[in-house]
Amino acid sequence: MNEKFETHEHDVLIIGAGGAGLRAAIAALGQGASVGVVCKSLLGKAHTVMAEGGIAAAMANVDQADDWRTHFRDTMRGGKFLNNWRMAQIHAQESPERVRELEQWGALFDRTTDGEILQRAFGGHTFKRLCHVGDRTGLEMIRTLQDRGVHLGIDVYMECAVTRLLRDGERVTGAFAYWRESGRFVVFKAKSIVIATGGIGKAWRITSNSWEYTGDGMALAYDAGAELMDMEFVQFHPTGMVWPPGVQGILVTEAVRGEGGILRNKDGERFMERYDPEKMELSTRDVVARAIYTEAREGRGTEHGGAYLDISHKPAEYVKRKLPSMYHQFRELADVDITQGPMEVGPTCHYMMGGIRVDAESAHSTVAGMFAAGEAAAGLHGSNRLGGNSLSDLLVFGRRAGLAAANYANEAPAGSVDAPQVEESTREMLSPFERPAGESPYDIHRDLQETMQNYVGIFRNEEDLEKGLSELEKLRDRAARVKVEGSRLFNPGWHLAQDLKSMLTVSEAVALSALARKESRGAHSRIDYPNYDETWGKQNNIIVRDGDRMKLHQTPTAEMPNELRKLLEEKQ
Amino acid sequence: MTTEATFKIFRGNRSNGELVEYSVPVAPGMVVLDALHYIQAHHAPDLAVRWNCKAGKCGSCSAEVNGRPRLTCKTRLDALPLEDPITVQPMRTFPVIKDLVTDVSWNYTVNKKIPPFTPRANVEWKMDQRDIDRVQEFRKCIECFLCQNVCHVLRDHEKLAQFGGPRFFVRIAGLEMHPLDGVSRTHLLKDDLGIGLCNITKCCTEVCPEDIHITDNAIIPLKERVVDDYYDPVRWFLRKFRKKTEPK
Repeated sequence: MNEKFETHEHDVLIIGAGGAGLRAAIAALGQGASVGVVCKSLLGKAHTVMAEGGIAAAMANVDQADDWRTHFRDTMRGGKFLNNWRMAQIHAQESPERVRELEQWGALFDRTTDGEILQRAFGGHTFKRLCHVGDRTGLEMIRTLQDRGVHLGIDVYMECAVTRLLRDGERVTGAFAYWRESGRFVVFKAKSIVIATGGIGKAWRITSNSWEYTGDGMALAYDAGAELMDMEFVQFHPTGMVWPPGVQGILVTEAVRGEGGILRNKDGERFMERYDPEKMELSTRDVVARAIYTEAREGRGTEHGGAYLDISHKPAEYVKRKLPSMYHQFRELADVDITQGPMEVGPTCHYMMGGIRVDAESAHSTVAGMFAAGEAAAGLHGSNRLGGNSLSDLLVFGRRAGLAAANYANEAPAGSVDAPQVEESTREMLSPFERPAGESPYDIHRDLQETMQNYVGIFRNEEDLEKGLSELEKLRDRAARVKVEGSRLFNPGWHLAQDLKSMLTVSEAVALSALARKESRGAHSRIDYPNYDETWGKQNNIIVRDGDRMKLHQTPTAEMPNELRKLLEEKQ
Repeated sequence: MTTEATFKIFRGNRSNGELVEYSVPVAPGMVVLDALHYIQAHHAPDLAVRWNCKAGKCGSCSAEVNGRPRLTCKTRLDALPLEDPITVQPMRTFPVIKDLVTDVSWNYTVNKKIPPFTPRANVEWKMDQRDIDRVQEFRKCIECFLCQNVCHVLRDHEKLAQFGGPRFFVRIAGLEMHPLDGVSRTHLLKDDLGIGLCNITKCCTEVCPEDIHITDNAIIPLKERVVDDYYDPVRWFLRKFRKKTEPK
């Protein structure tokens, strides 16, 4: 190949340096592989750092009756049985060991009175199950993994963004990327690739997600021929900030409710009694989000269109100790003292249950040499994720992806990197500079966010989804003519122009899948099909690329073994 | 009527640059980072800014606002005098890459020198909350590097080669005071990270957005450990006598 590009070579290339990517890197290193990690931001700033509530693991430190079976059952029930049962089983069985491992690498969780890791209640979990550090669990986790990984010797390529996976026949063998700082291009050669790029929330206007969450990994996988699954299931977290405008969407941790927070409407009514009298505020996220949205839509919302969330009945010192970052966040950004009065909250786009279709044991995608873990992968959470199951997902399947990718690399012959694919990528990257005129990427992004917010939101119907799809088509045309100003040096406008492509791909996949699923299940609520449908309960939507077109088909869910089926039928 | 605020933002690179004026409409509760995003979307699409969470949790958006080191996502416009232009400049201690983005890679190099958490042999994995409270304070650090930016040993004396800076004293304090950790890092503190150069002016503590008591709770106790290990005459004599190498 033409060697005019900076080139790096590794056995395993990991894209993304959040919990899943770093855990995968540590696992692959342990197998003797040389590992490179590429990430869009500085190391330690990935989305995992923002996770608040905790890591779900049936350690039974607080509620001794807990075990993996109950965790498995809760996860399947939360996902309305569309989950990949084997992933849910592995996840429930392996989470406790993954948490203990973090502790042995230096993480310091809050403690019980006998010195064990403390666990708290969370929505949809039968027992107190979330291992936590106040409300900054994600920070503890990413720091622990990052220091471990760096000490073991991963090579980290910070502020470097991948725009294309390079194929050698049926296999992926490399990636094309650019340095955000210099704008220079770089080629990575690898025997296997792990995609751990997280979610897609930046395609919506109201979101808890950072600029990085543009669905890059899913779009890269799709472009390289991999199947995407369950793309209709986008989680709207019930409690984001709603006021002032600049903070709209910023997450208010579910730990507020886990610690006893109460939801009320403007009339002071504890409205969850009408939506889920049994679990109340600790119902699953899909139910609580729809409840708050419905209250506001029917005129019982707060001044800024949300609900009140109140924890001020607890002692002020307790609130400050258990929810320190919420206390500071509201005091500094909204002039609200949460120890004295309620917060105003409303739904915010938060998490993607769908993603790259993977094998439960190995995290291998449907393309040879491509693995995926964490939010970028689909299957574990079915149609709705329980709080706390994300951080455990990152650890359990990050590790499995890293192990499998290293083993694959160990057996695979070296691949070659195809020069024409690289040349084409550079042309695509540079074209926004070369057009004499065109639209600003910021304008297109703003309109994309409005489109997804308005037509592919919490409640959906056929008319809206059709409208959303036709708007997306127009947006794709506009994005193809995007114009970038300035130079290639650290140019956020240019970076956004690249991210737009990913967002448009995943947005179309979400709208298309949502239109096809003619039922309501978990996070997917169709006003025109408000009930469960038995046929849809036994199949997943699959998205795959067919030339330049996106194709959708269904695949039956896997048959569950009898002993697991019996577990689900047990009452509790 | 919408109020407008005027911003003077550093545009440029390592070798040259200037303050450029932009006008931004003010919304309730607006923070400086909101204004930077507005400027990107309406005036300067290539304005380089680092940010991630926009909620004070990731420590990416550090800059100097009206000369004060701040997280721009937590600096509200209604706390600033809007009759004068608001200046936003990059952190001064680190080399500018472009506009508000600086090269902070030196911090990652320092971090690599620190021996990781190493549990003592055969420990029981139980800890009392009271023993870890003080360590959890250090682990709140979001690596915004504002403490490194204001530390005069780094900022004015540019001793980047001899000194670790407050961020890494906090990190080492978190390891040294971990109830189950079994290695000593005093040698590193004394020789490679130059903790003796710190003369406890507390500038770092004042700018910490996480309210970590960097000087009192991390640096001073670490200085005491170094003194105990290296300058206590009894220990000095014993070390000579036993020819024991210093803790690594």
